[in-house]
Order: sequence, then C-alpha cells, then structure tokens
Amino acid sequence: MKGKTAILEGSRAVAEAVRACRPDVISVYPITPQTHILEDLARFVSSGRLKSQFVRADSEFSAASIVYGASAAGARAYTASASQGLLLMNEVIYAMASTRLPVVLTAVNRAISAPITIQPDHQDTMSLRDTGALQIHVESMQEAYDAHVQSFRIAEDPEVLLPLLICMDGWVLSHSYEPVTVFPDEAISEFAGTFHPVQKLDPANPLTYGSYADQDVLMEYRYALMLAQEKAKEKICSVTKEYKDIFGHFDGDLIDTHCTEDAEIILVAMGSMVSTIRAAVDELRAEGRKVGLIKVRTFRPFPGEEIIKACGKAPLIAVLDKSLSVNTGGILATEVKASFYGNPVQPVILPFMAGLGGKEVNRRVIKEIVDIASRSGDKQGPRKDTVWMGLDHGFFN
Amino acid sequence: MDLLLGGVCKAGESKRLETGKWRSFRPVVDRNRCIKCGKCADLCPDSCMEIKEDGAEVNLYYCKGCLICMRECPVKAITKEVEEK
Amino acid sequence: MIVDREGEKEMTMQTEVKELHAPGHRACPGCGCAIAVKSILRETGPNTIVVSPTGCLETFTSPIRGSSWEVPWIHSLFENAPAIATGVLAGLNAKGNPDGTKVVVIGGDGGTYDIGMGSLSGMFERKDDILYICYDNEAYMNTGIQGSSATPLGVGTTTTPVTGNSFGKTVEKKDLVAIALAHGVPYVATASIANLADLKKKVRKGMDNPGPAFILMLTPCNVGWGYEPEETVELARKAVETGLFPIVEFEDGDLVSALKIRPVPVEEYLKPQKRYQHLFKNEKFTDVLEAIRKKAEDNIKKFDLV
Repeated sequence: MKGKTAILEGSRAVAEAVRACRPDVISVYPITPQTHILEDLARFVSSGRLKSQFVRADSEFSAASIVYGASAAGARAYTASASQGLLLMNEVIYAMASTRLPVVLTAVNRAISAPITIQPDHQDTMSLRDTGALQIHVESMQEAYDAHVQSFRIAEDPEVLLPLLICMDGWVLSHSYEPVTVFPDEAISEFAGTFHPVQKLDPANPLTYGSYADQDVLMEYRYALMLAQEKAKEKICSVTKEYKDIFGHFDGDLIDTHCTEDAEIILVAMGSMVSTIRAAVDELRAEGRKVGLIKVRTFRPFPGEEIIKACGKAPLIAVLDKSLSVNTGGILATEVKASFYGNPVQPVILPFMAGLGGKEVNRRVIKEIVDIASRSGDKQGPRKDTVWMGLDHGFFN
Repeated sequence: MDLLLGGVCKAGESKRLETGKWRSFRPVVDRNRCIKCGKCADLCPDSCMEIKEDGAEVNLYYCKGCLICMRECPVKAITKEVEEK
Repeated sequence: MIVDREGEKEMTMQTEVKELHAPGHRACPGCGCAIAVKSILRETGPNTIVVSPTGCLETFTSPIRGSSWEVPWIHSLFENAPAIATGVLAGLNAKGNPDGTKVVVIGGDGGTYDIGMGSLSGMFERKDDILYICYDNEAYMNTGIQGSSATPLGVGTTTTPVTGNSFGKTVEKKDLVAIALAHGVPYVATASIANLADLKKKVRKGMDNPGPAFILMLTPCNVGWGYEPEETVELARKAVETGLFPIVEFEDGDLVSALKIRPVPVEEYLKPQKRYQHLFKNEKFTDVLEAIRKKAEDNIKKFDLV
C-alpha cells in the first residue's frame, strides 16, 4: 500500500499511529521527553479527529492505573511515559501483566536519577524487564510508527494478553525529524482491528479481579506469563509479516540482521544506536572488514535462540549496552551470554557500555568498538570485563 | 483448570466456605419474642439472619457467633449459648 | 486438580442467601466493615462495578475460589483505587455505557487517608462520576493495627505505642470531609452502621449525583480497638452520640443536614475500648482526655448538633 511521506517529528509519528489505532482510553501524565506524544493526542481528541476518552492523571502511577482500569473494563487503552515515570509505574505494570491487561505504552527512554538528567539511555525500561510486559525497541521514527500500528494486535491477542512497551530513545527518536511514511487512517484502523476481551468487568457476568492467592497457585500465575511471552514470539512474527505484506515495511520481528552471514565480528544492540551501527557496518564492509549487526527488537520476549542462529559461526560478538546492572555489567550483554550457555558454538562475547547516560555513540565510537573487539585475541586485549566507551578516567583521580 | 486468566475468579464462591466453624457462641432466637423487625438481618456482617413467617432464623452454616444480633435486638429475643463442638 | 486450602472443594453452596456481598467471607466476627459493605450493595444494586484498594476488605472478600463479591469487583494495588475507578469509568464511557453502570470505590482509611490520597485528589479534581466510600477503622488493621493518618489523638496502636510517657498517637486525625469539600466535591457525607437507613439514603444520593461523591463511615474494629465483637454497632452509635463522629451531609459545599444528638459523655465511647484504656489509668494523660472532650464539643458547636 502506498502511504504519504512527510518530514515528521518522531513523537508525531507515534501519535499518528496511535490515533489510527483508535484507543478507547488514553491517560496522560507529562514527563520529558514523552510530552510531545500526549500533546499531539490531546489536540487530536479536542479537535474531534480522535474519539478517545482522554484522562489527565495526577501522576504516572495514576496514569498507569487509569489505563489498567479501562483495560479491565474491556477498553483498548494507551499511555506513555519515560524515565522516573516508568519507575513510578513499575508496581502497576507488574500487576497489569499478571492480570493480563493488554495496555500499550510508549516508553520514551531516558536515564534515571541521580543526578537528574533528561539524557537518553535504557535504564528506565530495563527496570520493567521482569514485570511480564512485552518490550519492543525501535531504531527509527518510521519503525516507531510501524511498531505502534502493530502493537495493539500483538498485546490484545487472546493467547498473549500482556501489556506492551514500545521503547524509543528520548530526543534521538522522540524529538528529531526525518521522513516518515504514514498510511491512511482507515487502512491502519482495519489492520489494528478492535479489542475483543476474553473477560471484563461486566455486571452481566460479575467477575472478581485482583483476587488474593496463596502458594497453591501463585507460581502458576507467574509461569502463565512465561507461556504468554512464548506465544507473543509467534504473534510478533506473524503480525510483522502481515504488516510487511500489506504496507511493505519490515523492521525485523524479534530481531533484525545486517551483514551477519559471513561476519567475523557481530555487534548486538537495541534502539536508535542500531541505525548508527548499520551505517558504520556499511563503511567497514567497504573497507573489507567482515562486520555484521544484530538488532534486538524484542527485549521481551528475549530472542535468545534467534540471536544464536543469526550469529552462526561468528567467533566474536560485541554487545553494546545502554543500561547497567551495577556490579554485573550491561544487561543486554548478560542476557546474550546467558542465551549462549550450553550452545555448541561458543563465540567470545564482549560487553561494551556505550551510550549510558546519553554519552555520545557515533560511527567513530562504533569503529573503535570493532577495533577493540578485534584485539580480543591479543594478550592485552579485552577478555570478559565490560569496556566503558568514553568513560572519563580522570573523573576518579 | 477451574481458574480464569490473570487471577480473575468467579463471583460468590465464598458461599461454600463454612464460616460457622469459627463460632464459640451461637445465637438462639426466642420466636415468641421476635417481632420480625429485621434489624438483626440488616446488621449481621455475615448475612446469617433470615426473617421467616414465625421469626428470625439463624443460618448456622455461616454464623461466626459475633452476637451483634443479640446486642442489637430491640426486644431481647436473642440469647447466646456456648457452642458444643 | 488444586484442592481448596481448607479441603472444602466439594462443599455445597448455600445459595439461598441473596446478598450482593455473599457470606462465607473471611472477615473477623463482628466486622463493622462487612456490615457496611452489605448495606451499601443493597442500595447500589447489581449494576455497579466496585473498586477496592488493598486492605481488610480486599483480603477478606477476594481469596481465589472464595470471592464474596456478586457484583464485578476489582482490586489492583494499595494506592490506586481512585485511578482504577476512573479508568473503569472511562472504559465504560468509551462504549457509551448503555446500561448506566455505576462505579463505586469502597476503601479503608490506609488506602484513602494515606497512600491513596494523591490518587483520590486526582479523581476529585477531574470531577469523575464516582462514589467513593471510605470505611474508616482508624488504623492499618489488616497488617496488625499500625497507626494511620486516620488514627485519632491518644489512640494506642503498634506504631503509636503506649509506654511510659507516650500516650499513643500525638496528633489528631486528618479531616477528610474538609479535604473532600476543599476539592469542590458536590456530594460529601458521613454515615454510620448504626443508622443503615441514613447510610442507604446517602449511598443513593452519592450514586445519583453527577460527578464525584464522598461518604466517610466509621466502622469499628473489635480486633484493633479492643472490645467484644457484639459491641461493634453500639460503639458506632456512641461515636455519633458523643459528637466525636458527627453525621453530616454537604451538597455543593453547603451543609444540608446534620443529625441532632442528645450528647453523652465521651467516656461512654472511649471506656469500652482497649485502645483508649491508658487515658483512664494514668493522670498525666488527663490533657489528652480533655482534648478529646473538646473535639466532641467543637463538633457539636460547628455542626449545631444539639
């Protein structure tokens, strides 16, 4: 299908997609850099272009709770947040996932205090990784649009029914402009369908939501989340394929790969950094260096098997992280390493901290990472410890 | 699996729980005194009092023996007895 | 097959009881809150979705395979019941709410006065059409009688202990009615389990009123207050008769009714309760007792109760 291409701010691209998906209820609480999305949606609602219940909340905690209640009442529900706001929502999102409420949430990635900052990194959504919510990380404004169009179908699938976070780097994706192809609202609405809840708060069939459980069933409810995330894998693959067939765009399903087939070094990353790596890989390939890229698109469900398969026989994997588990290192790297445990092919997996707290990651930094990684065979080369890119060692003297 | 998705459960399943087992005292209604005003039924936290033709009747399956009915009865038609177990 | 924790899987249902709050719930014997909830639901009828925060009510009504709710009910967390209610209402409204289903919150003092206060303030400010009923038992009873901002002056709890020179809570409880009024809540009332007809009338008004409504109920707790279970309703009555819990009603900010009383001494309310015993045993706490007397007198004057 042919769309209309325009220079759009990333936040506007998201708002365009959300509008066309027609959520019944939108709840908002402002936090930089998520605000432009909700401001756009507010205008769509007040101008009559979008017929959603638009609810201002008194905090992110309440915003998440409002969409929670709406979803339990059988409504399609959407909210957005960032950084501290996501941390404040943490408790709600745990309960939302376990109660199997398919809310879609845009997480505009921003670092966590202190010191307080508005710089982007992935620490905020990483704090939600164990909630049971799905996480899709996008690399461009176009993908932000595409992923939001796909999101409700995935979350609301009767075999999935989980909250879904579309994660996009603050500023780089939320406030920058680039050409985005937007499709007609009718086509998007048709693709997104409507939410048919398997159960809801309804006087005609009164159900008890949020009941008290003991040791006899609590673990079973946690295990049910494992099963649902496995189902989500299939669903994400089928929905992204269907989207590709109709709209011609494909940004990857669980992962996306670039030049991995014969690669001797594969870089693994998430978010906007992926686009930078893609450009650097092309330049390095032109120089004859066998470098490849794996974009981790779904951090939850985690595509461990897909990553292993895409790595093939590559001897060296460099994982770039924008989040830190203090005292163990980059979170993505830890999960990639865990995935390789027991695998017959055991590449060297090197963790890099790149872009934490908004530290610059450009093509030069990516090439430096490739250079450092290629020295791993040397005696002085990196072995196991995280390499912190751009860290000012003078700071600690 | 008799449970619904997401910790959701069906309405009114508490009714199979015999909370009458908790009781130490049981209320006893003197039907000759009972004026069928329904106060005990309104005030019973466990909905154990039913006003029948000839007066209030205690549902001992649920009655926890709090004796609010005895205390609040305007004509003192309810007394207590030690529950024999 | 998972067997019920009490091995009662095959137990026959006693289906003849037709209350929207079913028996078999696990409230302590003589629970004031359970009396309130039964009466509230008799008035709301089945076309109501009830929201509750974490607390005694949530715990005793919602065990898996043992729910006592016969209306749709949702509990999420401790601090978000008003926001959940707003969301449920928005969800209903998005579909046009053709049956006119109402949303009612029933929450305890911890979830209302303390941890849910921000969320409640948001609901009030948005003027959401929700009836919020607080059952106030004046402490965190579910976790073992810890003090809340609803615990009155002089009350001993596990976190406002009575030892040596300490006489329990050193400050007065929050004035939640004033807080609701300050938000411009169009219907604000207090009610008592000792007067169920009045309670039901107020629930009806709160439901019919467009916009938010707030009802505060004092629901004595024999476990937390230290008295015999049978005295629950009697103490609720004494709280009213002493002037300590005035029964009042505000419409659009104006006091439209206040239940007249023939005041009885505060001691009649305080003495049967273990949580106030220390005030009568130690002369150095006379001031506290005097402050409680003054509060009753102030209420009587303020609302013209006599």
